[in-house]
Amino acid sequence: MVIAFILAVTLLPIGSYVALLVAWSAIVVVSWSAQLGPLRTARSAFFALPFMLAALPLVFTRGAPHLAVIDMGPLTVAISQEGFRQFTTIALKSWVSVQAALLLSFTTPFHDLVDGLRELRLPRILIAIISFMYRYLGVLGDEAHRMNRARASRSADRGATGAGGSLLWRGRVTGSMVGSLFLRSYERSERVYAAMQARGFDGELRYLHGPRLEPRALIWFTVALGALVVYEVAAQIWGPRW
Amino acid sequence: MTSPFRQPHVHEHVHDDDGHAHDHRHPAVAGTDAAAAGRVEVEHLHFTYPDGFEALHGIDLRVEPGEKVALVGPNGAGKSTLMLHLNGIHTPSHGTVRIGGQPVDRSTIKRVRAEVGLVFQDPDDQLFSPTVFEDVAFGPIHLGYPASEIHDRVERALGVVGMTGTERRIPQRLSLGQRKRVALATVLSMDPTVLVFDEPTAGLDPRGRRDLIGLLQTLDQTLLISTHDMRLVAEIFERTVVMDEGHIVGDGPTGSILSDDAFLTSHGLERP
Repeated sequence: MVIAFILAVTLLPIGSYVALLVAWSAIVVVSWSAQLGPLRTARSAFFALPFMLAALPLVFTRGAPHLAVIDMGPLTVAISQEGFRQFTTIALKSWVSVQAALLLSFTTPFHDLVDGLRELRLPRILIAIISFMYRYLGVLGDEAHRMNRARASRSADRGATGAGGSLLWRGRVTGSMVGSLFLRSYERSERVYAAMQARGFDGELRYLHGPRLEPRALIWFTVALGALVVYEVAAQIWGPRW
Repeated sequence: MTSPFRQPHVHEHVHDDDGHAHDHRHPAVAGTDAAAAGRVEVEHLHFTYPDGFEALHGIDLRVEPGEKVALVGPNGAGKSTLMLHLNGIHTPSHGTVRIGGQPVDRSTIKRVRAEVGLVFQDPDDQLFSPTVFEDVAFGPIHLGYPASEIHDRVERALGVVGMTGTERRIPQRLSLGQRKRVALATVLSMDPTVLVFDEPTAGLDPRGRRDLIGLLQTLDQTLLISTHDMRLVAEIFERTVVMDEGHIVGDGPTGSILSDDAFLTSHGLERP
């Protein structure tokens, strides 16, 4: 459902600000009903800000009419109206889409997500990769944190010049830390694999089926999907004029 | 914990919900002598790692069903390597390993892995699933049991280790002591006749250690535990096997081995 929502938002025509507002209101209503507080996702979604910067050049590269022309000596920067519209649309679209994804992850425990992916018939190997990643990201993070702490505790400074070593030397230290983190992870993967083998793993991943989708959930899913289609069609017809 | 639910046939699919009551006691493994269930026999075992390091030089060891044996020795003595042979993670360069009377080889490996529960030292290696339930269910699912049986086994195994009600918990959010218990549950759910434990008390605080020792004492499987915790050895094991540099250098009653200071010191050990 979230994927359908994101798809619908992504396909909105340039400049459909009203449609985006409608989509955002839907998110606010859902997060309000999930007792998350309406602005929780809005705030968290700003972590996607750096990715929006990728669309920034559009503002300067599209042609006339220009909103403003800034003269900076030999350089002239022209802000294109069309480019500005494109940029704001892309920025808002990604902001709303990220909120939808965040809403899902805030409201749904990880194992339910995995059950859902299984229900959607995602290949088992992908599901396994996702759950291993989820499981070991924390372990890996802890290891990296411990290594950093060990380095910090030996990075003393007696106030002399040249303390801390050259940039090259520090770079090499960091590089070898990353390398040894990789080796540790690699060794851990061997041990995890041995632990799996020890319990009868023969190369084929098997799962117990989680609870099936209830009919009620299926009906809601269909209704919501229908609403999304209507929304998207309406936006395609009237969107650009708004 | 003697296998009230062991069944020799293997279901092809685990999705079906047909839960029959399997209340009859089966011999450990189809085609083997029931009296041998839980017996470990290692003969002239040599093992060389792919990089050429010879870790085991002719190990001979026999553990009777239900016997509790401590395996001690300095780091690098070959204890872990020996343990990895007991359910076929490593295969001998020379010599044989027999579990419940049957040799461990390619054809028997699946049955042997159901017989020997191997608990690794770091529970983060053992617990690799997103939830406790999935981890404890991993073995039974791969043994091909039906869904209802799997749920029963998970519930029972978590009950034995005192972790009932943690099914939906995420392993990384548990304490080390709890994770060690769950790690034990992940093999108990397979209903093994032999339990092999690498460093069960390493890193535990006194209470966690005490709890785990109490738990180990309740288990009636054949128990082979590798440890540096000499107090643990003195407390619950009647027999101790000492390894050093890939050899078994001592094997006898714990009392007499632990009272020989000169012997212990020469192999990098100490009296509790």
